[in-house]
Amino acid sequence: MSEHERLRLHVPEPTGRPGCETDFSYLHLSPAGEARRPPVDVAPVETSDLAYTLVRVLDEQGRAVGPWAPPSDPSLLVRGLRAMLKTRIFDARMLIAQRQKKISFYMQCLGEEAIATAHALALADGDMCFPTYRQQGLLLARDDVPMSQLMCQLMSNERDPLKGRQLPVMYSYKRAGFFSISGNLATQFIQAVGWGMASAIKGDDKIASAWIGDGATAEADFHTALTFAHVYRAPVILNVVNNQWAISTFQAIAGGEATTFAARGVGCGIASLRVDGNDFLAVLAASRWAAQRARSNLGPTLIEWITYRAGAHSTSDDPSRYRPADDWKKFPLGDPIARLKQHLIGIGAWSDAQHDSAQKEIEAEVIAAQKEAESHGTLLDGHIPPLASMFEDVYKEMPPHLKDQLAQLEREQQGAAG
Amino acid sequence: MSATNERHRQKAGGPMTMIQALRSAMDVMLARDDNVVVFGQDVGYFGGVFRCTEGLQAKFGSSRVFDAPISEGGIVGAAVGMGAYGLRPVVEIQFADYFYPASDQIVSEAARLRYRSVGDFTAPITIRMPCGGGIYGGQTHSQSPEALFTHVCGIRTVMPSNPYDAKGLLIAAIECDDPVIFLEPKRLYNGPFDGHHDRPLVPWSQHPASDVPEGHYSIPLESAAVYRPGSDLTVLAYGSMVFVCEAAAKETGVDAEIIDLRSLWPLDLPTIVASVKKTGRCVVVHEATRSTGFGAELVALVQEHCFYHLEAPIERVTGWDTPYPHAQEWAYFPGPARVAAAYRRAMEG
Repeated sequence: MSEHERLRLHVPEPTGRPGCETDFSYLHLSPAGEARRPPVDVAPVETSDLAYTLVRVLDEQGRAVGPWAPPSDPSLLVRGLRAMLKTRIFDARMLIAQRQKKISFYMQCLGEEAIATAHALALADGDMCFPTYRQQGLLLARDDVPMSQLMCQLMSNERDPLKGRQLPVMYSYKRAGFFSISGNLATQFIQAVGWGMASAIKGDDKIASAWIGDGATAEADFHTALTFAHVYRAPVILNVVNNQWAISTFQAIAGGEATTFAARGVGCGIASLRVDGNDFLAVLAASRWAAQRARSNLGPTLIEWITYRAGAHSTSDDPSRYRPADDWKKFPLGDPIARLKQHLIGIGAWSDAQHDSAQKEIEAEVIAAQKEAESHGTLLDGHIPPLASMFEDVYKEMPPHLKDQLAQLEREQQGAAG
Repeated sequence: MSATNERHRQKAGGPMTMIQALRSAMDVMLARDDNVVVFGQDVGYFGGVFRCTEGLQAKFGSSRVFDAPISEGGIVGAAVGMGAYGLRPVVEIQFADYFYPASDQIVSEAARLRYRSVGDFTAPITIRMPCGGGIYGGQTHSQSPEALFTHVCGIRTVMPSNPYDAKGLLIAAIECDDPVIFLEPKRLYNGPFDGHHDRPLVPWSQHPASDVPEGHYSIPLESAAVYRPGSDLTVLAYGSMVFVCEAAAKETGVDAEIIDLRSLWPLDLPTIVASVKKTGRCVVVHEATRSTGFGAELVALVQEHCFYHLEAPIERVTGWDTPYPHAQEWAYFPGPARVAAAYRRAMEG
């Protein structure tokens, strides 16, 4: 035997498990206002410290403090608050619809609403997001995507714009800068870089915004995207939403222990920030900073958004099996809606009464949209898109073998009916 | 449609090798459509390890023709994003043997983007990759993975066998709005190799298919070519096997009708069915491994569509179900002797 101790495998564990409270000190939070704000043309290597600290604007009292506080724009912030409320209410209603079997499956973004909604407000028309399944806020922050249409997709009904081909929430809205969601993880990250490269090749002024979760950063496509984004100085924002959990897998299993996901970017020569994702103002400011860099040929920016997945991964998941049930209540970065509301009330731009009436108004809008969507059917009542559409769009023109198979299906259906 | 007839409709541009023809196709398309970009490992300044892109960066600039990191997944993934933007990327995977890291981007992304988004986004990309053996490339530079692509719905798989077809099909692939896997039998890059590895190389300039017009022309995808008309039996072949099958016909005296499939999937089934109904006999030949290979699909289709016309069991000649060997290459590569034996069995059956 050697004189050394025997080797042992290290398998990371979260500090909290059911019945055992989480010690959130692993997050290494910085006080609001502490992180410096470098000029947009900073050399990527000079952002190393910002990849390990935390950009925050809103302090415990809801005041906007420090160099990242965006210029005062109360009407924009009220718009953002309403977008977050809309997203949360939409999610809550769709969860119920799933339990009623009107929808086969749903994924909410409870607790993460600030990230997508504030980011959407920092982008310009024509920019393209390559989202995961938890960025519905990008669409709900916009006025030009009717909620009823989103719901028709969720219900896979006769008006489903995706003709029943995709799982619920896998939207596609080119006109709203929302790339088709794959369902395979991480694939969109490098595609976003390619889209940004294309924009640069054409001398356009549009930028791409790539989205990924902490868990999927372990995929090769994440690292490939960082390499390509750096090599070609692609006009792209590389968003890593660290919500601590990938189904039951804690972020340390994806490689977040004793380091940060933002640090990956600096290692690849990419300017990188680690930002409080539950702080609407910080998200807005960091997104604008990164967008300005991208649009000025200064290259990519990686942003790790620290947040917490307050709900289950999906309607097929039960997080009480693997983490403390009250974790979100104890998450030190709080609730993004409550924090922005506190700020807006503090600056005299909002009130509890306005908040209550906005909530009721949006609830009514969501209910009306759902009624409209359900008038076109739900998965439950069998009003699904026509079977023939299954064979369309496999190729631009339907090849002979698919025409034959469609004819066969139709014969078989008629046979079964007769 | 015969390759010879197509050729005569065009103004002659002089003899080209398959490498020159492929380069000419990219040259023509880069000039015609400023949405076309070409990238991949070593394709920029150097012009590719097989020289297919030589001179294109100097002519079109480094934002149209450029080198990529050694990351097949990244190359194809970036191409999908560029396609979604509106470009028509032509990417090179240095050897078909290296495409595996890009599988997810090909199978789950490029192939299904139009379908899953109902045409909201598309990936009109061309993925070129040299394939096949006969160059002492061993198990990592010799594979013929076409069956892995033909099994995927939403992509087209193409494999030319000569310079004229290579150019016309590559232009058609670049212009196609579907993603196309473009397999280039590298043993044919410099000549119509017939499997007689112990004989001197015949250059393309001695073959009529090297007569390639300089300008734009395309060969429709989903169209096979009757490479050699015949009446005794039908041979279904593509890529490196076409000239092997021709040599076997010469050596046996069997009047084989050799169909060069060119587009493997979607496939020109009517040309196949018409020929087999005429000859009543069929031999399927490919270099790739045998079991569950593309030949199995061809045999099944012929059986489904021509059963009552068949006068003998359908024969298959393929590579063995082993990794591609190095030193034993010529025992692996299906040569004229094995094809000739299959012709004889089919004629006796």
